[in-house]
Amino acid sequence: MNISAYHYCFNGIVRREILRFLEQRSRLFSSLIRPLLWLIVFAAGFRSALGVSIMEPYGTYITYQQYITPGLGCMIILFNGMQSSLSMVYDREMGSMKVLLMSPMPRSFLLFSKLVAGAILSTLQVIIFLLITRVVGVDIEFYGYITAIPAIFLVSFFLSALGLMLANLITQLENFAGVMNFVIFPMFFLSSALYPLWKMQEASLWLFWICQYNPFTHCVELLRFALYGQINGSALAVVLGASVVSAVFALSSFKARK
Amino acid sequence: MNIVIENVSYHYGKKVALDSVSLDLTPGINLMLGPNGAGKSTLFLLLTGLLNAKSGLIKVNDFDYQKNRSSIMADMGVVFQQSTLDLDLSVQQNLLYFAALHGISPANALDNITPMLAQLELADRLKDKVRTLNGGHRRRVEIVRALIHQPKVLLLDEPTVGLDIESRALIIKHVRALGDSLGLCVLWATHLMDEVRERDNLIVINQGKINAQGITSQLCKKYNAPDVYQLYRQLTNNCEVM
Repeated sequence: MNISAYHYCFNGIVRREILRFLEQRSRLFSSLIRPLLWLIVFAAGFRSALGVSIMEPYGTYITYQQYITPGLGCMIILFNGMQSSLSMVYDREMGSMKVLLMSPMPRSFLLFSKLVAGAILSTLQVIIFLLITRVVGVDIEFYGYITAIPAIFLVSFFLSALGLMLANLITQLENFAGVMNFVIFPMFFLSSALYPLWKMQEASLWLFWICQYNPFTHCVELLRFALYGQINGSALAVVLGASVVSAVFALSSFKARK
Repeated sequence: MNIVIENVSYHYGKKVALDSVSLDLTPGINLMLGPNGAGKSTLFLLLTGLLNAKSGLIKVNDFDYQKNRSSIMADMGVVFQQSTLDLDLSVQQNLLYFAALHGISPANALDNITPMLAQLELADRLKDKVRTLNGGHRRRVEIVRALIHQPKVLLLDEPTVGLDIESRALIIKHVRALGDSLGLCVLWATHLMDEVRERDNLIVINQGKINAQGITSQLCKKYNAPDVYQLYRQLTNNCEVM
């Protein structure tokens, strides 16, 4: 296979995912409704309870809605990554995964292309979400949307790869409920998505350290800083490293059928 | 192009699906006849590399799966028992996606697709969503898809099951013509007796074992059976057929 064959293959996989996404408009709606509910209802209710603060990368006092916006963006990616990868469990048995794996291209390349396609879709959804947040008063400079794109893409790739790793361990789609309880919720709540870590440190030191070691915390912080045109070096290093490790593990351990 | 299967076994847990299966498939129609659960689909999954044999050896044109998976897949077209088309996409989008997976550009793929769709009376359905096609039309699209990359081996896992008479007839005629004109090595699994022809290389499989392989007419003579129906019943301990 020559380079152009790889090019057509990669384009084909990405194009298919985008076409499917455009055909399934309810997917966009359902992916946005959850974080918007958190932003509009939850954040409004807790706004006064949690107060406001000055912290990096914010140069001034910010509202709670402003604070949780990056976390909610990452929430979209987290759910997308898990859902799209878990759908591979189903596809592996009876659907399009068979067709994909019948390609003469290396399987690792096919799965990598699928991960990239998933990351592109997640990036689009988060950008749409961030634009909608303007309506409820979340103020992001225009350049913030641009500088956030690479961060969103990297986080999306990492969480898709993590989802693919889980898909390797899960044999039945019904186990998605278990993934919700044991992966998605702990990752989300034990992070800086909803509350700054110094607040967590005041409440419980061991919870603080769990949050510190949770890679999702670093995903949120990477996006938080990127929205203000800044790079959080440690978050970038953790997310990059975690992306490489999960992608290598997921791609090398993927089995067509269990 | 030939397929050699030597002493291949596969089991799901304790259930044996294939038990030391050996076959030699050559260009033309190789028709695998067996009841449900005989091991046909498992053999297809092994031949497509979606399962790895627990023991034994499979070679396609002297290539083995461990070292030359890419070369084997480049020459193999498959129609699975269950439809694997994307219902939300159009016929064209499905076909171009598959072509892309084989590294074929959209323009080249369309050149290949257009005459095949015309032969299978689907030329006017190119832009239609697969969801709007009936079962017979979907099967025809899957056959076109399996041939886009001009394979030398075509695997058909019960491609006519559940189809109306007209669709069945068209698919049977088309595949037989492909076997004759292109010299494809076609492995066609079925449990429908009327799909067998006298000159086919017939393989009778039951309970994971190959009970007989040879030209249909010669097998009938060898086993002293007046027709394929009786031959099949003899070789499968009176399994009922359709």
